[in-house]
Amino acid sequence: MSMWAWFHRLASPKHFYRIAGRWIPWLTAVCVVLFVVGLYTGLYASPPDYQQGDTIRIMYVHVPAAWLSLFVYVVMAGASAVYLIWRIKLADLVALSSAPIGASFTFLALATGSLWGKPIWFTWWVWDGRLTSELILLFLYLGYMGLRAAIDDRRSAARAGAVLALVGVVNVPIIHYSVEWWATLHQGSTVFRAEGPAIHPSQLLPLLVMGLAFTVFYLTIVLIRARAELLLQERRSAWVREVIDSP
Amino acid sequence: MTWSQFWSMGGYAPYVWASYGLALVVFAGNVLAALQRGRTSRRALRRRVRQEEAA
Amino acid sequence: MLRGFVAILRRDLLLAFRHRSELVNPMMFFVIVLTLFPLALGPDASTLRGIAAGVLWVAALLAALLSLEGMFRSDFEDGALEQMALSSQPLALLVVAKVLAHWLVTGVPLIVLAPVLAVLLDLPAAALPVLMLTLLLGTPVLSLVGAIGMALTVGLRRGGLLLSLLVLPLYVPILIFAASAVADAALGLQVGAQLNMMGALLALALSLGPIATAAALRISLGA
Repeated sequence: MSMWAWFHRLASPKHFYRIAGRWIPWLTAVCVVLFVVGLYTGLYASPPDYQQGDTIRIMYVHVPAAWLSLFVYVVMAGASAVYLIWRIKLADLVALSSAPIGASFTFLALATGSLWGKPIWFTWWVWDGRLTSELILLFLYLGYMGLRAAIDDRRSAARAGAVLALVGVVNVPIIHYSVEWWATLHQGSTVFRAEGPAIHPSQLLPLLVMGLAFTVFYLTIVLIRARAELLLQERRSAWVREVIDSP
Repeated sequence: MTWSQFWSMGGYAPYVWASYGLALVVFAGNVLAALQRGRTSRRALRRRVRQEEAA
Repeated sequence: MLRGFVAILRRDLLLAFRHRSELVNPMMFFVIVLTLFPLALGPDASTLRGIAAGVLWVAALLAALLSLEGMFRSDFEDGALEQMALSSQPLALLVVAKVLAHWLVTGVPLIVLAPVLAVLLDLPAAALPVLMLTLLLGTPVLSLVGAIGMALTVGLRRGGLLLSLLVLPLYVPILIFAASAVADAALGLQVGAQLNMMGALLALALSLGPIATAAALRISLGA
């Protein structure tokens, strides 16, 4: 089957439900393996940082959470664009499903950033570039979820959310740049990047493995959620009847 | 790394373990919420089918 | 096409002047919010001077946010907005007209009032021209970006708080560069970089904002 035909089939609700259903167990298995490796290398096999000691291990959760919080928002915006341009309803369900996951990762990035900062900078919160950007990103997620929840009509809510996500994604680099600019302005030349001026190679492996683990986790959860939303959306279809009738 | 070193995390145990604990909570929360969404959808749909058949 | 633009502009300005008493509201809000800071932080002139740039801009930003409600709501409720969307004129162009009218009525008064209020916070005179310039460049962006949020929430009965949540993150870059420019000007430093950024933001808001607003309006109208 050609690539285009496969893609077309995937966008069809019935086939997406089935195909995604088959992927979920595999993705879960890959996710578990990645986390086991990541946790082993992060918590045990890698050495403590010569400057920050064992607190560097928080980085293996904080940085992937921050990466994912941004990645998920971009996926959300991309799916929104696909929905607005090609009217593929499944794309909207991906956006809808992604938002709470992305928001939770943003929250995790903020909380672990705070926990990382306390032993190093002796304060629970610091207005550095990354944390401040993450905080604003959280507001962007909450705004998206709030807007979709506030509009009663499903289709209007979907389209309004899509516009908001696209407006948001254009603003994310602008916000990030302005906040970084603001942070360096007020902190002078101090290298405030929590992970130090450069990452040591022994720290790179756990970081990348955890990053991958977080990503696969997101993919798994978004598929589970999207399938649930799909059932609701396609409730009048015969294939949905079959699905809910079977135990 | 010894077992006691592992748990004490160079004295930073509360911060490191709180971070990983929080990550665990977030992951568990995501999984439970996603599965719950599926359950709620199915339940709502079954109820709807029953209502339609009763009518 | 220009006739439609001018017609909407004239209409909105006329409507605004018919409710002259309401024109004062953003300005009153600006003054009141500003007054809260010395009351909260104490009247010490050196403290106020240190925070003057930021406080002035936060107050202006909040005043602009509060005035957004007046942008599309009445036209939405009486059907005029639907007529505009159905007309042969490009909706984005009519949006620019409406936003321009809104800015003339709510943004320009802030620019005019700002120097007077700057005195209340003991902002150095050297910073006054920059203050007015940042407001001149920034308040249109606040109106253009705010219009998107307003258009998305105009159909909601109680969209006010949600509007703030949607719009305030988008306002952050303008606030950062504007407040920094005014603060630097007060210290006698160069502000070219900040003003350039604000100019770029204005250009971006002007080119993309009305399109997003028009799309959002159509969604809110149920099209």
